[in-house]
Amino acid sequence: MRRPSRRPLPQTELLEPQLFASEPPRNYGSRAPQAAALPAGATREHPMTVEALTTSAKTVIEGAFSPIWIRGEISSFTRHQNGHWYFSLRGEKASIRCVLWSSNIWRIPALPENGMQVVVLGQLTVYPFRGELQCMVTSLDAVGDGLWRKALAESTERLRADGLLEPSRKRPLPRLPRRVAVITSPDGAALHDIIVVMRRRCPTVEIVLVPAKVQGEGAPADLMRAIACVGRWGAVDTVIIGRGGGSREDLWAFNSEAVARALAACAIPTISAVGHEVDITLCDLVADHRAPTPSAAAEAAVPVLADAIAEAASLREALRGALVRQVERRRDRLQRTAAELRASLERGSERRRARVSAVAGRLHALSPLAVLARGYAVARDAGGATLGSVENFTPASDFDLLLRDGTVRATTRSVHPARGDGE
Amino acid sequence: MSYESDLARIENIVGELERSEIPLDDALRLFEEGIERLRTAQAALLQAEARVRKLIEESDGGFSLADFES
Repeated sequence: MRRPSRRPLPQTELLEPQLFASEPPRNYGSRAPQAAALPAGATREHPMTVEALTTSAKTVIEGAFSPIWIRGEISSFTRHQNGHWYFSLRGEKASIRCVLWSSNIWRIPALPENGMQVVVLGQLTVYPFRGELQCMVTSLDAVGDGLWRKALAESTERLRADGLLEPSRKRPLPRLPRRVAVITSPDGAALHDIIVVMRRRCPTVEIVLVPAKVQGEGAPADLMRAIACVGRWGAVDTVIIGRGGGSREDLWAFNSEAVARALAACAIPTISAVGHEVDITLCDLVADHRAPTPSAAAEAAVPVLADAIAEAASLREALRGALVRQVERRRDRLQRTAAELRASLERGSERRRARVSAVAGRLHALSPLAVLARGYAVARDAGGATLGSVENFTPASDFDLLLRDGTVRATTRSVHPARGDGE
Repeated sequence: MSYESDLARIENIVGELERSEIPLDDALRLFEEGIERLRTAQAALLQAEARVRKLIEESDGGFSLADFES
């Protein structure tokens, strides 16, 4: 509250001499016809109104100074409810009131703070209501880019805190998109570069321009509208958002936290391509893929068609080869198995042959026929039962004698059981 | 079914066929599926839509595409 009361003094001291110097009071004396039209304020009888004075001072001041860069320290910073910013710029022993109209606030990256050393670009004027010298500021930055860095650092931190910078969020881009949406200015170099590169690489992919304002006032809102628009439409596989190179101020819309959040929320995989390689914006940080330039974005978005066709052809070969090998492996196994089976069959029949002949030998040795061969005979009844004892015979009964080379029909004459201790 | 999921499936099928433990019927079925997907993928490569168009949001909230001359 002390400062406003101090300021008017140097202002009036500054204004008065200029005002009178520009309107020399002596001229009217030598020109009689003008005597009737005395300039206001020239005499006590013709005082100037305060309004006329301040308006006149405003004209003089504005004419005397073109927009200038001024360096100083911010103090008494206020954001008025009318949307404008008011502050003082202080030097060591001087200060000046400054105003920044709401229409220019979008140009300022972050909220300045009291005590901050800044450089402003402003037009010097007089605020007639108070008769104050005032600087209408159009651009403001902390000395050494501080405000831009501050804004970027703060936004980056908030995005990080919300997990939007996580590498795991990054989605893979489709290898062969059918349609690629390009959010950019319809008459920028970026669109041209993207079209040229995509046509060269993969002429079968459709490019859909989503026009948006990429710099200046309203650019962030327009970019957000375009992103939302693409999301609602949805009939696209990849989105490129970007613009060509420009000043830091030109690229600033892509550093808007709101734009970055909208991009992060986009349901379609995104490629960000803002400016040149050195420019990294918030959009670059949240996009699924960051391309250093619009041309690089087009390269990332689509494959080289010929390569993709070659890849498909080699896949076909791989598929065919795999099936052929599959069949060959089976054939080989089948052949092996068949050979094994044959071998085992052969081994088996040999064993059986050997066994049969061994059994046959033993059988042969036990055969009663072998005994007959040595000259013995066997008596059998009509039923074929062996008659091995005298008790089996009765006089006049018939029986058969089995010899080595045939049978003899015989009849029993008499039966003589052996008696005593034998004969 | 997207181009890359077709390609990924074909690669998967090739891998499966290279491992020898599947019945022949299954192998043949896999092969046929692979060829079918390959056909789809190749068709996707060759569909011609080499235009540049502009997205227009209609007042009713719908969308349309207009030719855009660059």
